[in-house]
Amino acid sequence: MLHPAVHSPETPPLAVTGEGAAALLRTRLPRWRPGLAAPAHSEVFASGDQASGAGLALALARDALKAAGRSGPAQEDRRQLLWVQDRAAVRLTGRPYRHGLPPELRHRLIHVEAQTPEDALFALEEGLRCRDLAFVLGEIAGNPRALDFTASRRLSLAAEKHGVPLWLVRLEAQPELSSARMRWKVAAAPSAPARWNAAAPGHPAWYAELFRARSHPHGEWSLSDDGNSLAAARPHNSPERAAAPDHVDLVRAVCGRSLAAL
Amino acid sequence: MSIWFAQFAVDRWRLSNGFRRGEGADAAPTVLIAETAHGPRIAAANDAGRAAGARAGMMLADARTLCPAIAVAPSDPAGDLAFLEKLALWAQRWGPWSALDPPDGLVVDVTAVAHLFGGERRLIADARAAIAARDLNARLAIAPTAGAAWALAHYGPDGAILGPDNDAAMRLAELPVAALRLDPDVLTVLRRLGLKRLGELGGVGRDALQRRFRNRKSPSANPLVRMDQLLGRVPEPLLPVVPQDIPLVERRLLEPIRHRELLDQVLRDLAADMTRELEGRGEGARRLELGLWRVDGEVIIRALELSASTRDPAHICRLFGAKLDGVDAGFGIELLRLRASWVEPLALGQRDIESAAESHGTSLNACIDRLTVRLGPQAVRRPVPHASHVPERAQRWQPPLEPEPATQGELAFHQRPLKLLDRPEAIAVLYATPDGYPRSFRWRGAVREVVKVEGPERIAPEWWRERSSARLRDYYRIEDEKGRRYWIYRHGLAGDERGDLPLWYLHGLYG
Repeated sequence: MLHPAVHSPETPPLAVTGEGAAALLRTRLPRWRPGLAAPAHSEVFASGDQASGAGLALALARDALKAAGRSGPAQEDRRQLLWVQDRAAVRLTGRPYRHGLPPELRHRLIHVEAQTPEDALFALEEGLRCRDLAFVLGEIAGNPRALDFTASRRLSLAAEKHGVPLWLVRLEAQPELSSARMRWKVAAAPSAPARWNAAAPGHPAWYAELFRARSHPHGEWSLSDDGNSLAAARPHNSPERAAAPDHVDLVRAVCGRSLAAL
Repeated sequence: MSIWFAQFAVDRWRLSNGFRRGEGADAAPTVLIAETAHGPRIAAANDAGRAAGARAGMMLADARTLCPAIAVAPSDPAGDLAFLEKLALWAQRWGPWSALDPPDGLVVDVTAVAHLFGGERRLIADARAAIAARDLNARLAIAPTAGAAWALAHYGPDGAILGPDNDAAMRLAELPVAALRLDPDVLTVLRRLGLKRLGELGGVGRDALQRRFRNRKSPSANPLVRMDQLLGRVPEPLLPVVPQDIPLVERRLLEPIRHRELLDQVLRDLAADMTRELEGRGEGARRLELGLWRVDGEVIIRALELSASTRDPAHICRLFGAKLDGVDAGFGIELLRLRASWVEPLALGQRDIESAAESHGTSLNACIDRLTVRLGPQAVRRPVPHASHVPERAQRWQPPLEPEPATQGELAFHQRPLKLLDRPEAIAVLYATPDGYPRSFRWRGAVREVVKVEGPERIAPEWWRERSSARLRDYYRIEDEKGRRYWIYRHGLAGDERGDLPLWYLHGLYG
């Protein structure tokens, strides 16, 4: 377990400025790893011909819930989860299927099918304002005009104010300006062979690239979810493979800071 | 006590037009008609009409040949029933509860009540006076059982009283068998058997009648059951009429309002009134209807359904706010009425101390209500399991806060996809292995190589609800060269004689 006395610098030193300094600073931040508390607003970019976006968002959300539950009292979480899709997202990747969801989430899902991206954003914001939700998962296809920086910042502020994390899956979208605290790019990865049948697909696996984060350096991981926990490994073709030592996460992550604090 | 309004429909027609008996239009022969497939048929006739030869059940054309001057009015069975319900509540002045005896009677329970009126005779006199004051035509009877009271009211002497000491079987022996409330075809059977009076039923021998009606279970088709009910040997449950008043608040406005701010203010007042009303009853509203009466007589109705019972005025106002956007006030609205047509018990709770949902977040109920009002009830739903093995039928959607239906445990050895397409999408198989699954296929314009595969999992159609030509499906869990995992199936077998060569579909996506 990490020692609480070791603390990362929350504010940058005043002397260093500029892009190079920011890059330098980022290398001193703790590397992301599973089991850390999640920021209030994350985005996952995925292509529309696979369910990797929703799969990774669910895996990350469950991982964050587990991390948050470790410190709190050990009791069953009965809060609901809100899954909002706009119509284009439903057409691209279908609706959630109860029998394929993780078992502890099956009876807790409330699904919202919005006709337009505007309605989806309204539903997301209403969900973030609700204190009885565990987290909100959104799926929006493309780059709709309604989802600009203002809308994204509204979502971030609502999520931070009420403490309900938002995982927004962007299908077939360009990473435009956004106020999300962590932004992931995900693609499906070949899975490890299943335990009992070497020819069968195994546990879900993804290549995930963290390309923007407030509290972690950028990086790539090969993630896999075996149903209980999220496991991370260095991808085989990573450019950073020789650049940095693997375990640099000596301090606890600092996240969830308000936008105004920067 | 049984009350039979012998000319109920005619009396109601007369009262609703404001005539006394035998005066005005009632002096002329008049019939009430119901439209049937064969033309108008007489439902009821007044005294003058009956004197002229018209009878209930007769065709109007036949009555016209007897009396060409006959006047006609439409009958109104629904209105009659509503009036009868009101009378049933009114009749509870003579007993703790009353029941309807449609189409034209009432039963009032007067057990241990008569002494309050000074005896049964005076009770009947009181009831007759009260009914006469309403200008209705009624026959009354009191008996230990509802069946006996009904029989005496319809076929006995008017105002008959059958005390507990009297021999019921002997007093009722002279009544016709129609007094047993039997169906017409059973009455025909009894008439053919030569049984005309109640006393004669006892003379035949119970075994013989039992054999004759052994497969008639309904009381109205079995004279023995009716006879036992009449004499009190078997119980006869009656359904009492319970009054129910709907919480309703209204505002009549001195000056018609035409502007939205004023309308919102009145709505807030109404919601506060409704909250007080509901609080007093310990209930919360599930459905609210707001009626706006305009000066020119138009009525605008806006209804609201809530996911859980509530009586929070701010919540109600907020939800109605979205519904009132397109209201056309015309020359002004002069009356607003808010009624809760569906209420559920809601215990008194502590007032919301954390007054601002702004800082502490809304509750789940409020969140669902807001989503439902803007997006519609079909947009906010929860998947629940359904007892079926066909993948798309194994999940159903229901409103999010309703309890889940009971189901059996789910099978754990199949791995189902995270997401299911609404409609399976056809894929073009480019090359299939001899084992049956595709080695490469085209979906949404891109060719994919199958690297890993598990299957088939054969899912047969539900033969008990589908046509016999429905085809089975062989499902495969596959992974392509980039690691994308899908759930595909072949629809049918090559030699199953249920169509052409089987096609392939992609049904689900794994996370």
